[in-house]
Amino acid sequence: MATKSEFNAGLHRWSIVLACCTLLLVVAGGMVTSRDAGLSVPDWPLSYGKLMPPMEGGILYEHGHRMIATTVGMFTIVSMVWLLRAEKRRWLRVLGIVALLAVITQGVLGGITVLYLLPWYVSSAHASLAQLFFSTTVAIALFTSKWWIDGPAVIDEDTSHPIRTLSVAAPVAVLCQLALGAAARHKAIGSIFHICGSPIVTGVVLWISLRILLHYAGNRELRRGAITLISITFCQVFLGIAAYMTRIAYADAVQPMPLMVTFTVLHVAVGALTMASSVALAILVRRNLTSTEVRVPSGRAAVAV
Amino acid sequence: MPVIDMSSNPQCERQHPKPQRAEVVVVNANGTLKNVFVWIKDGLPRAHWAPPAEAARLDQNGCEYSPHVLGIMKDQRLEILNSDPVNHNVHAESTTNVAWNESQPPRAEHKFKEFSSEEVLFPVTCSVHPWMRSYIGVSPHPFFAVTGEDGAFSLKGVPPGTYTIEAVHEKYGRKEGKVTLAPNGSVTVDFTYGN
Repeated sequence: MATKSEFNAGLHRWSIVLACCTLLLVVAGGMVTSRDAGLSVPDWPLSYGKLMPPMEGGILYEHGHRMIATTVGMFTIVSMVWLLRAEKRRWLRVLGIVALLAVITQGVLGGITVLYLLPWYVSSAHASLAQLFFSTTVAIALFTSKWWIDGPAVIDEDTSHPIRTLSVAAPVAVLCQLALGAAARHKAIGSIFHICGSPIVTGVVLWISLRILLHYAGNRELRRGAITLISITFCQVFLGIAAYMTRIAYADAVQPMPLMVTFTVLHVAVGALTMASSVALAILVRRNLTSTEVRVPSGRAAVAV
Repeated sequence: MPVIDMSSNPQCERQHPKPQRAEVVVVNANGTLKNVFVWIKDGLPRAHWAPPAEAARLDQNGCEYSPHVLGIMKDQRLEILNSDPVNHNVHAESTTNVAWNESQPPRAEHKFKEFSSEEVLFPVTCSVHPWMRSYIGVSPHPFFAVTGEDGAFSLKGVPPGTYTIEAVHEKYGRKEGKVTLAPNGSVTVDFTYGN
């Protein structure tokens, strides 16, 4: 962060497009699993030996997911090249490379899980990495924004209500919950683990967000970030309940029912938004608040966190 | 039985003049249960039972599997047909035998598969059409049957002895019965599911 970068409107807009396309990809992936279409195209990387198979039944969802994934992969390459050529901040150039490596890994995991008939650990890793990749694209969009480059109004952290370290707990908790959800969806564990994790994650999110709203509400970015995270989390809890209820209601159905698919896919998509907003809030907290150091007589530094 | 919604693939829907019902539970007119796999689970003498030369057939017709439940002998050939004008994938979700998933486009050559281990029952599914599901029972001997329109089954040529007969239904699970068969005799065993 030492090198001062100039705002690049084109790069920022491209980063937003990449993040939006990635969210669409998460939705498409959720449709594949919810529609039980994961094995409708048995081969990979081609589909029925072609680049474009007939888009019928489950093939529409599986091959559609592959097409969107390919587009996102190409967009990520453009993003990385753009960052490498135009971005002065080394760490952000590295993040562009990390994003590309993540999307390549994601593609390979997707292929492996098809070829090996959806082993739960590969499918769950594929679903979890998707959430991490989406958060990475959101972070890149944040880092390339004018607001970030101009620099925020930095304030000191209130030593009696520390939040800088605590803010990281939210994305960690959300990621664990998403991984449990992925494992439940791929039948590695019962959904009870994901259900039990819900109040814990909601509690962590509320704790951090309310702490910000109570003690740092004067900082506009932090206030907005906290309200956004709380709002999305409540939506997510509602969607989780709805997804579970529809799953119970249609337990004897012979095929995925539209209402169940809708709520489940929305739950996956809003889960990605929860993850991304928790990551963004943690970034904002660490950006907007400076930690205060207290010198003690012995000469050792104690960090008041 | 729930009605299958084939609207996601109009070519499937057009093949049926009226809505199709799932075959998960088919109760016959006489109150018996169709599609129950029945076999001798235990009691047969140690012997090598040669599989028949004729292949068992599993057809994909009208975006449904026919038959819904299929009995096959270990090492017997399974012939898989696609009589539909649409693509299918055939996913044998076996756990004892090696699972596989292969595509079968319309007018493609028939597939031939074999199962080398006893396994009763495992599903065969199509992810292109998620309502498609059939079950295969792989028996190490020829003494198995699947109940039909009258709910009855018959196991012929069984040597005298005491046997455990097992009935397996995809939804209602497994039931066992013990029978003793005298030389040149016959014996009846009934299985009751539910009340």
